[in-house]
Amino acid sequence: MARIELDLAHAYGPNPQRDEDYALLPLKMTFEDGGAYALLGPSGCGKTTLLNIVSGLVTPSQGGLSYDGRDVTRLTPQQRNIAQVFQFPVIYDTMTVAENLAFPLRNRGVPADRIKQRVGQVAEMLDMSGQLNLRAAGLAADAKQKISLGRGLVREDVSAVLFDEPLTVIDPHLKWQLRRKLKQIHHELKLTLIYVTHDQVEALTFAQQVVVMTRGKAVQIGTASELFERPRHTFVGNFIGSPGMNFLAACGAADGIEVAGRRLAAPKAALSGLGAFTLGVRPEYVRLAAPNEPGAVPGVVTQAQDIGTYWLVTASVGEGVDPSLLRARLSSEQTIPRVGETVWLSIVGEHTCYYVDEDLIA
Amino acid sequence: MKPVNQKAWLLVVPVVLCVAFSAILPLMTVVNYSVQDIISPERRVFVGTEWFKAVMRDDDLIGALGRQMVFSLAVLAVEIPLGIALALAMPAKGWTSSAVLVLVAISLLIPWNVVGTIWQIYGRTDIGLMGAALAALGFDYSYTGNATHAWLTVLLMDVWHWTPLVALLCYAGLRAIPDAYYQAASIDGASKFAVFRYIQLPKLRGVLMIAVLLRFMDSFMIYTEPFVLTGGGPGNATTFLSQYLTQKAVGQFDLGPAAAFSLIYFLIILLLCFILYNWMQRVGTADKTEAGHG
Repeated sequence: MARIELDLAHAYGPNPQRDEDYALLPLKMTFEDGGAYALLGPSGCGKTTLLNIVSGLVTPSQGGLSYDGRDVTRLTPQQRNIAQVFQFPVIYDTMTVAENLAFPLRNRGVPADRIKQRVGQVAEMLDMSGQLNLRAAGLAADAKQKISLGRGLVREDVSAVLFDEPLTVIDPHLKWQLRRKLKQIHHELKLTLIYVTHDQVEALTFAQQVVVMTRGKAVQIGTASELFERPRHTFVGNFIGSPGMNFLAACGAADGIEVAGRRLAAPKAALSGLGAFTLGVRPEYVRLAAPNEPGAVPGVVTQAQDIGTYWLVTASVGEGVDPSLLRARLSSEQTIPRVGETVWLSIVGEHTCYYVDEDLIA
Repeated sequence: MKPVNQKAWLLVVPVVLCVAFSAILPLMTVVNYSVQDIISPERRVFVGTEWFKAVMRDDDLIGALGRQMVFSLAVLAVEIPLGIALALAMPAKGWTSSAVLVLVAISLLIPWNVVGTIWQIYGRTDIGLMGAALAALGFDYSYTGNATHAWLTVLLMDVWHWTPLVALLCYAGLRAIPDAYYQAASIDGASKFAVFRYIQLPKLRGVLMIAVLLRFMDSFMIYTEPFVLTGGGPGNATTFLSQYLTQKAVGQFDLGPAAAFSLIYFLIILLLCFILYNWMQRVGTADKTEAGHG
């Protein structure tokens, strides 16, 4: 168990000049001891690179990292004593489940009776006690992935357990079970867990803190509700949530703000003096409003979809001046406007965020 | 009840015709010869299993079979481990890997009889590099005069010619192992040997099975190289099965015994391949304890 501090950057090629040359832009952050973290982002955003740097499979090209204050930049994964679970289950085909679990301990010369005891405990924890004598190669993907995890947990002194999209090959109904198992193990063992995924549901349900990454940059670190309520970067607003945040171009005026062709009272004093900025509001917080209600804009409904528990209504606002689409998530209990109708949608409220150059300002 | 449609037979007919024309009919001709005494093209006598009984009692044949078995097993014992070792030593990336691949493959491109000729010269003590070198080192080496030397030279020639095939197969097998396995092994603290024993070797099982079967069948049918190099001698030290068969069929024109022997030869190869295949299928896949199923 360890507190992991990073202050580094990484480029796979030599002499990185521009931002694009970096797989991971300069980054400074800390994974607290015993925390459950998720690295979330689209493919190619650098999350696996970051994970492999933490595990020691990749050495950062600049800067370094430390475990509990001890510099480990040049140490191998084995020396760092971490465990890693990969996207595809890695098991030793010729061994039984028990032998697979015992393998890391056997390699480290742990006495046989101690190995037996640990393997028993870990198998118990993973609900695999009944399968210990089976050959690992014949098991289903989820059982194999549990073995991969078990090989990490079997070492008591493991610094951190790292997961690289471990549930990709698992059936959806087993994903929930495994994720619950992971949470339970985290709760019992208080291990530092770092979990890489491109699935926001997985990240938000698993982790206490989610690191959202894009284009080699960690744009926000926060809890699920922080990421939802106050996205610090437009990318986070767009990436988190289904659908993502609505963004409307706006600009500050002498006595308020202008958005979608309407002049609204400035919700925050700082905004009126500003030039161009972006207004962000989540579909969940857009509601139907009375005509000319403060903080509302008119729009023409272009689409209304029944998503089961709610309706997703898309309206085109700012016709003629600055047309853009605004999505609203409306409860099925209210009257849902039909396509072609003109509706008023309230977009300014306490949950509305304001961005300049993609960064949150208020 | 489903309507019965016989059209499918039409689709099978071309395959049946091809296989019959190229394999079944020629084989049946051999079967035909094996139960008849062909005295002249017009005169033939049905002799039943007589030829089979005769060839089974043939001491020369049993000798050739024994030599053949020992030779094929020696080929496997040397070429398989050597091929694996070569594949492990070959570079995995960059231009060196392409260069090494080409170099390794060269011997596979040489025709059999040329290989025999190369070694015939290579082993000569007067003008051959290896022969002269051995002679200079004080060995009384002669592949034409000494039975052991002849046998070892044929083995060495086969190793030289065919180990690259095993190496290339294993190389392809090794490249197919995902990096995650090596990374996981490194995290689990596995030694280099453990990586080989528990990751590389099990993952090579499929290609090794192909390599073993190919090398076994090919070496069991070896003909051209020893024919060119030693002509089966000295004495009959390097007379292997196919050479013996050719002597019988073409040299002495004993079509009946040769046909009977061909069939036995075919069945031996089939049987041994079957045994090898099943044995290799089981290695490393059978449950170590049956208790788990209880």
